[in-house]
Amino acid sequence: MGETLSDFFSVHLPIFPVLLPLLTAVALLLIGDNGGEASHGSPLLRWRRLISVTSATLGAALAWTLMRQADYGPLTVYALGGWQAPFGIVLVVDRLSALMLALTWTIAVPVLCYATAGWDTHGRYFHALFHFQLMGLSGAFVTGDLFNLFVFFEVLLISSYVLLLHGQGRQRFKAGLHYVILNLVASALFLIGLALIYGITGTLNMADLALRIAQLGPQEAVLLKAGAMLLLVVFGLKAAIVPLYLWLPGTYAAASAPVAALFAVMTKVGVYSIIRVHAVMLGDGASHAALAAAPWLLPIALLTTVLSVLGALAARSLARLVAYLTVASVGVILAGVGLFTPAGLSAALYYTVHSTLVIAALFLLVELVASQRGDAEDRLQPASPVAQPVLLGLMTLLGAASVAGLPPLPGFLGKVMILQSALGTPAQNWVWAVVLSAGFFTLIGLARAGSILFWGVLPPEPHTRRAGGGSSRRMLSATLGLLALSLALAVYASPLKRYTDAAAAQLADRAAYADAVLGPLGGAAAQTTRPYRGDAGEVAPPTPHNPPQTAR
Amino acid sequence: MSLEFLLASGIGAVTATGIYLILRGRTWPVVLGLSLLGYAVNLFIFAMGRLWRDAAPILSAAGRMADPVPQALVLTAIVIGFATTGFVIELALRTRHETGSDHVDGHEPTPGHSETRDSA
Repeated sequence: MGETLSDFFSVHLPIFPVLLPLLTAVALLLIGDNGGEASHGSPLLRWRRLISVTSATLGAALAWTLMRQADYGPLTVYALGGWQAPFGIVLVVDRLSALMLALTWTIAVPVLCYATAGWDTHGRYFHALFHFQLMGLSGAFVTGDLFNLFVFFEVLLISSYVLLLHGQGRQRFKAGLHYVILNLVASALFLIGLALIYGITGTLNMADLALRIAQLGPQEAVLLKAGAMLLLVVFGLKAAIVPLYLWLPGTYAAASAPVAALFAVMTKVGVYSIIRVHAVMLGDGASHAALAAAPWLLPIALLTTVLSVLGALAARSLARLVAYLTVASVGVILAGVGLFTPAGLSAALYYTVHSTLVIAALFLLVELVASQRGDAEDRLQPASPVAQPVLLGLMTLLGAASVAGLPPLPGFLGKVMILQSALGTPAQNWVWAVVLSAGFFTLIGLARAGSILFWGVLPPEPHTRRAGGGSSRRMLSATLGLLALSLALAVYASPLKRYTDAAAAQLADRAAYADAVLGPLGGAAAQTTRPYRGDAGEVAPPTPHNPPQTAR
Repeated sequence: MSLEFLLASGIGAVTATGIYLILRGRTWPVVLGLSLLGYAVNLFIFAMGRLWRDAAPILSAAGRMADPVPQALVLTAIVIGFATTGFVIELALRTRHETGSDHVDGHEPTPGHSETRDSA
């Protein structure tokens, strides 16, 4: 009995990070949530919080198990419904997927704890939506099928639309409308790109696509590149790169603190998809379509970094400043990806983990600081002093130093890795100049913000609104936890770097990926399964590998 | 005139209309534009399985078959498009209620600002 259970567990492990939040969210919907302050102290609220946090902790444990399993080397392939790829949809967990999963769930737990200190009563169904969002994120990271990626994008987007509006208010609705419309247009572009790619290759399975793309003639490759560039626009909007980042600062600054912290992962979904599609599927093995994004990605990434740091310097509120730092971190990550070398990719992954953790912590910190500054909130102007200047000041200092990349903090290590991987490449001077000066100006911007927030104090006015003494212990410990996790990356830099090195090497090994996913069809030698030829819609001549036989 | 040309130009016309409407300043035309763009995209996905006549979307001994995958993809896209359209309509109504304006920026364009008035 115990053995069959553990068998069941290990066979179905890849689908659990998707199923668990789905079931949790449905359970939370069934329990119901009428929101509002009236539900404070009600037993149902306690249950909701208990279920939500327990499920997130369980999810984190699952994600870490998957990551340990992925670290042994072989890919975990899970055929949904038992259908052989490329006929059915597969989930594929490799090192990259498992790393992103672990990152997402590790951030989700402290953020949820933070939200249980009060934010979850400011609207309805916060916990259910949070878990739907986790489901979308997990699904996007584990799927091995491009169309399925689109579906999970929609799942995570539609829950993010509602989460963004959580707490309501004029500012949120305004930012929300822009965010929703932009993402709906991006979804339409996503579908056009997917359809183009399908029309040329006859498949949407990532492993199969990589094989088919390598066989395309120069004429077909042009159309495929057009489809791939459309996808770059879509992923670029999610990741917030030039010129598609303008929506992000206003949106993230308007979102409630725990939602903004979770959204720090969302930009990384765009980065993840760019890595999957443009750095791996269209990597150097893709013959005529190889490196279609290469002329664009690195310049765009560097420009993103420059512009967002300027934005951070000009920001007039702390939330906007942190939002611009989110964009800057994406720029630095994509600069690593844009080198299109395994070393660059590995460095980018390390920096992704660090920057996501620290930016999530900073978004929570923004609200802690804002809630103690009376009417000035997070605006960068002199105001009454915060109630806990030493604690919050130290936390801000640590987070800021890590974002800016000061030694010995992990942000410094990540940037050094990216600089090292750029050595000897043609873009070396540009990457060095931009990354180093971006770090310097980030430091100036944060120093300015910090000195206004903590030193530019006015005498406290007795009439201003004050949120009592300090912040609630739960909020503080959740924020501290996230910050500590990001700092721990400096201590555990060596194992993590080994892991990301292995992940980058695994991504470069396209034959192993094809063997794992399409093994029964001949792995890297698998033939196309499309029953007609691409050009004129003619029926394909019968071959031993013709799909009518293999498909049964 | 071939069927391919008709379908392609039809999709083009619907897309152009959709983009024009999305670029308007009021939420309602934008919602309509998003729907039109959705229709165009659905037709486009459908067309990417090639246009077939007298072919069933299932494997048979005859050897000629229409590609069933885009038809399945289109179903998914339609369902998702339906849900998101419903959501964006509700959001537009709430924003109108919250901000007192149906302009996408949440406030009426200030006079003197070069913006075309749109009576939708």
